[in-house]
Amino acid sequence: MTEITRRNALKLMSATFIAGAAVSMLPKMAFSAGTITVLNWQGYGTDEAWSIKAFQEATGIEVVHDYYSSEAEMLTKLRTNPGTYDLVILNAARCAQAMAEDLISPIDYAKVPNIASVAANLRSNENFNKDGVGYAVPWVWGLTAVAMREGLPKADSYAVFGDPAYKGRVGLQDDAVGAIAAAALLTGQDMNNPKDLDLVKGTLKGFKPNVKLLWSTEDQWNKSFAAKEFDVAMYWSGGAVRSRRVSKLPVDFVVPKEGGIGWVDGLGIPVGAPNAEGAHAFANWMIDPKFYVEWATKAGAPASANTAAMESLPADDLSRQIHKPEYIANMSIMSALPDDRREAFNNLWQEVKAFYAE
Amino acid sequence: MRSDTILNDAARGSSDPRQRRPIPAWVATTALLLPTYGWLTLAVLLPLLTMFVFSFMSATPMGKTPIVFTLKHYRAFIDQPYLINIAWTSLVIGFWTTLLCAVFGFLAAVALARATVGRMRETLLVLLLLPFWTNGLVRVFSWTMVLRENGFLDGVVHMLLPDIGSVSFLYTRYAIVLGLVHGYLPYMILTCYIALSTIDDAIIEAAASLGARWWTILLRILLPLAAPGLISGAVLTFVPVIGSFMEPRILGGKVGVTMGTVIEDQFTQAFNWPLGAALSFTLLAVVLAIFATFSGVLRRGTTA
Repeated sequence: MTEITRRNALKLMSATFIAGAAVSMLPKMAFSAGTITVLNWQGYGTDEAWSIKAFQEATGIEVVHDYYSSEAEMLTKLRTNPGTYDLVILNAARCAQAMAEDLISPIDYAKVPNIASVAANLRSNENFNKDGVGYAVPWVWGLTAVAMREGLPKADSYAVFGDPAYKGRVGLQDDAVGAIAAAALLTGQDMNNPKDLDLVKGTLKGFKPNVKLLWSTEDQWNKSFAAKEFDVAMYWSGGAVRSRRVSKLPVDFVVPKEGGIGWVDGLGIPVGAPNAEGAHAFANWMIDPKFYVEWATKAGAPASANTAAMESLPADDLSRQIHKPEYIANMSIMSALPDDRREAFNNLWQEVKAFYAE
Repeated sequence: MRSDTILNDAARGSSDPRQRRPIPAWVATTALLLPTYGWLTLAVLLPLLTMFVFSFMSATPMGKTPIVFTLKHYRAFIDQPYLINIAWTSLVIGFWTTLLCAVFGFLAAVALARATVGRMRETLLVLLLLPFWTNGLVRVFSWTMVLRENGFLDGVVHMLLPDIGSVSFLYTRYAIVLGLVHGYLPYMILTCYIALSTIDDAIIEAAASLGARWWTILLRILLPLAAPGLISGAVLTFVPVIGSFMEPRILGGKVGVTMGTVIEDQFTQAFNWPLGAALSFTLLAVVLAIFATFSGVLRRGTTA
């Protein structure tokens, strides 16, 4: 038997390391039979551990995740890694873009029986359909509006971001579309196609003395809010529910008179998905009232696109209280932007950020 | 004839007495260099070249948008003049980071090389380099815990001076420079340390015996002799710092808008790879121009 010397141990360790490195370099095997890969924001419904466990017990399909931290990054991942993902969570606006670029494939609604009770106007949303064919299962909707520290007078307008009372106490989202939407609504313009971009730019620049932080993830929002870095911020309705319920943060969610910045997220199946069958099953699971009620009450969730699921929530549920039906009436829904407008938005926001940094 | 071969072999360092056709020198050289250059071509030059080609395209060549050749991305600094301010900020941050790294790094290296011996020196070197082994992201996020309002620094200061206001300086340029200095100091210490450790003790002893004070020795002997290390350390620091995006983004918050973050935004947020690539190459040109301007100083420094 070989003696265990330091040299031998080192040899063994190096060999193990090299073998490990070599194995990890091999292309990822496609375990398409029992696995689906979901591309989503981190901590956003699909990766709830209890749900993944129950889904695997029910169907034998294992759910693995890859995450993105911006919608543009999600599209980049779809473009550069075809055949990697089985299910992707995409915003209606980005869905139209992905559809136009043939990144996602049509949904076989026969394999998604829960679609029957999904709100018809969400299902027929132009961003989810091309030539009468549905490309996504509407999953959840919500709105971006204003979150305030509990106890402060509730703002009734996006003008609160420029209110001198909140000097250095405002957190905006580091997102060109969201920031421009708020300024466009405040100046009475169509947020998807503001005619007067200079007015939008001026409005955003006017927020400068108040802007303390540009946040990009929910986790960052929560940490900064908990550290009392800001009192008023743009925020997602679903995020507000989670911050209150999970992080116990004193957050009030307010929808100004200009209306919320609405969004609908859909579940899409990328072209070349290795396990489209499993993806359909998981999409159906995601809009199931049973899953939704548990998700909404355990973690906090945006409003489900499935009417039956919303009606299953208890009447005093935070999410049901925040996603009031009347908000849908005056909320503008984000839709896809043509390339030149998107570029103009990005350049405008880059310029505003540079101005904030001065 | 035979004596010639032996002579050749001896010149190449071989003393094998058996008769064997010597490998021509150029074959050996090529064989030794091939893996490195092959790898560099594959892993660095080709992607860089691709990016250079991208920078002339009208849209990112993925998806279905038709691509045409354009120079408009190189006009970005004219079309979007605010970029000039951002570039200036990046250069200023790069300058201060490099300067502070040079001062602290050189002094640390002097202490390491001159004032300590043997095991002590090794221990100190390891202690200085230890933070370097941790992930950069961890280091930056730990700074946010220290610098933020109600953070560690704020708490300590308030414990000593309860009346003073908030001392948080997270989300300022100082925080960015602090994080960058922390991140790049080890490069400077190492290059300076290597340069300083080659200086012959006898020179310093001679200077001291001729009556030179410590500052004369530092300024007239150590500094000029260690200049190559100082300069290569400065280059190693300055170039990555002006392109850095993690530290400005996390420590700078809303003031952390630098060329690095603008370029990163083009790749991750705006999906405008051509513009990102064009900005990167413009930045590269600026860096090369700066080095060309100071090439005389650099050459004199490195050959001294």
